[in-house]
Amino acid sequence: MGNEFHIVVCGSIVPDPLQTLAPQDGPSGPVLQNEMMLPAVLDPWAGHALFEAANLAAKNPGSQVWLVCLGPKAKLQQVMMAVSQKAPFQLVVADGTSSGFADAYETAKVLSDTIDGIAGLDKSKMLLFGGWQSASRGSGAVMQMVGEMQAVSEQFQGVDKLTVADDGSLEILERVEGGAYQKSVVDGAPAVFGWATGELPEPPNNPQVGMQNMQKNMPALMQAKPADLSGTSLSFSSVAVPQQRRETRIEKDMSVDAMAQEIVEWIKG
Amino acid sequence: MTVLYLAHTECDNTLHKSALEGLAVAGDLAAGLGEDLAVGLIGGDVAAAADSIADCGAKFYAVSGADFADGRYASDLAAAEAIAKAVGPAIVIGPDTSRFSRALPGLAIRLGGRVDTHLSGFTAEGGKPVAKRWFYRQRMEGTLTRDERPWIVTLSSGIAAPFSGAGSAAVEAVSVDVSGVRTKVQGLECASEDAQTIRPDANLLFVAGAGWTKKQVDGATHVDVAETTIQTFLGATKASLGSSKSLVDISGEGGAVISFLTHMHQVGQTGATPRHPKGLATCCHGEEPHVVGWRFIKERRAINTDAGCGWAQGKCDVLYVGDAFAVMKKVNELLG
Repeated sequence: MGNEFHIVVCGSIVPDPLQTLAPQDGPSGPVLQNEMMLPAVLDPWAGHALFEAANLAAKNPGSQVWLVCLGPKAKLQQVMMAVSQKAPFQLVVADGTSSGFADAYETAKVLSDTIDGIAGLDKSKMLLFGGWQSASRGSGAVMQMVGEMQAVSEQFQGVDKLTVADDGSLEILERVEGGAYQKSVVDGAPAVFGWATGELPEPPNNPQVGMQNMQKNMPALMQAKPADLSGTSLSFSSVAVPQQRRETRIEKDMSVDAMAQEIVEWIKG
Repeated sequence: MTVLYLAHTECDNTLHKSALEGLAVAGDLAAGLGEDLAVGLIGGDVAAAADSIADCGAKFYAVSGADFADGRYASDLAAAEAIAKAVGPAIVIGPDTSRFSRALPGLAIRLGGRVDTHLSGFTAEGGKPVAKRWFYRQRMEGTLTRDERPWIVTLSSGIAAPFSGAGSAAVEAVSVDVSGVRTKVQGLECASEDAQTIRPDANLLFVAGAGWTKKQVDGATHVDVAETTIQTFLGATKASLGSSKSLVDISGEGGAVISFLTHMHQVGQTGATPRHPKGLATCCHGEEPHVVGWRFIKERRAINTDAGCGWAQGKCDVLYVGDAFAVMKKVNELLG
């Protein structure tokens, strides 16, 4: 028996992790230096969620995938040129900041309002996907709040595996402390899943999928509505990169035996 | 207004060390703000946990029973909501265990408040609560405050000494109906004690970098030797194992892999943020993004072949310039 899901993936863009990041004061709080110049990527955890969503949709005919992004649409367009080649999805854009200093609640509110505007979304079939953390604010809080705003209280975070049974029930492995998993079963949609890495490799580029996606997604970018995240009293008194530098003792000429002896004494000490 | 500290019990009905640390922060904050402290406990049986912290000066509330023994978003959130509504707090604090990191953010919506997570500090300054947390994966720390209440926060571990003060606690039971919750917890899937290599409470973090799988001086890779060496070391020291992302990702690139490494071992920019007292990194390389894996490790040593490694210089206390295969083989011999 087939299961049809409407999978909404929430994901934003973040600066390429290989970049050096530094904060500076902006007109309404801290921002990253040269933020608009930094190369951006789809947030790694949101990427895992998207690939899992596409895989799940492919296995369950009739399912659809929407990628809901909050971010500056100019930067989103650049990132989507690459992401669109990975998996089929319909892009939905809220044009606003993707700053890690943005308030988690305000971010969730924009995402939830944007989801409310998706035509054809059947919320009784909805699986709400996203990253359990992000590489920006890293709050691990946005997906829960989006879920609550959507009145979905069956939620899972740190998900690495989702298995759909023939009866539509969902078995989930969530990460808990100590490298262990908690296994749960929910009887079906709707539900929220904050993904860890999942178990799928990054899909190879497929230019054909990319062409199909961009035909739909370019209009979505053009029609993106401005997102308002100003409804917060959150204020920063400082943001700084720690400058602590250690005096590293570099041992170039020590024998292997001496190194090993010193390491063992340090471990035991 | 009250500061409400929420904690959950472990499977043995005790409180985790991180919960005791968080209680110490909550107590100091309440005292600094001149507010009352309340403690809310959630778990299968909370009596022993309440008694273990009875001397904290708080009024105790609890939601307990079989439905609350396991961490489950819907039931944990319902319990936290019921306790919060009984207390009416201005601030709600919890430890950022996996269980509460999952459940407490939703409380902001249920209570009409706001949430900030993974705080590295939460103190009273000038009569106002002031929070500290990291942004962009431990790359910069911000100090922040807000006016919205209730303000729900979770605290990272290791930012305070654990509270201690046992006694006999009077606990007000709060009832919650979770009969409509559709999620059923089936249990935990854990590695056996021998196979377990992620140990958050270990004294030492051993980080394996991509160099373990690269060609060595003889022009060949020796992944089998690397696996044996690392496993022998972990067996002797009971250290926790961490990995760089590049090593885990090698599997997707068709390269030789260390069989027991998974994405769960990743530390740093795209993984966990370990807080072990000591860290020993081997065969690691890189620059800024890798530093976040070290951020909360107190004593740091590294072994790699590059004396000029920008990742090690200024970031660790001692850099041993040498062949990690040879050094760790000798270390294992000495450890017996």
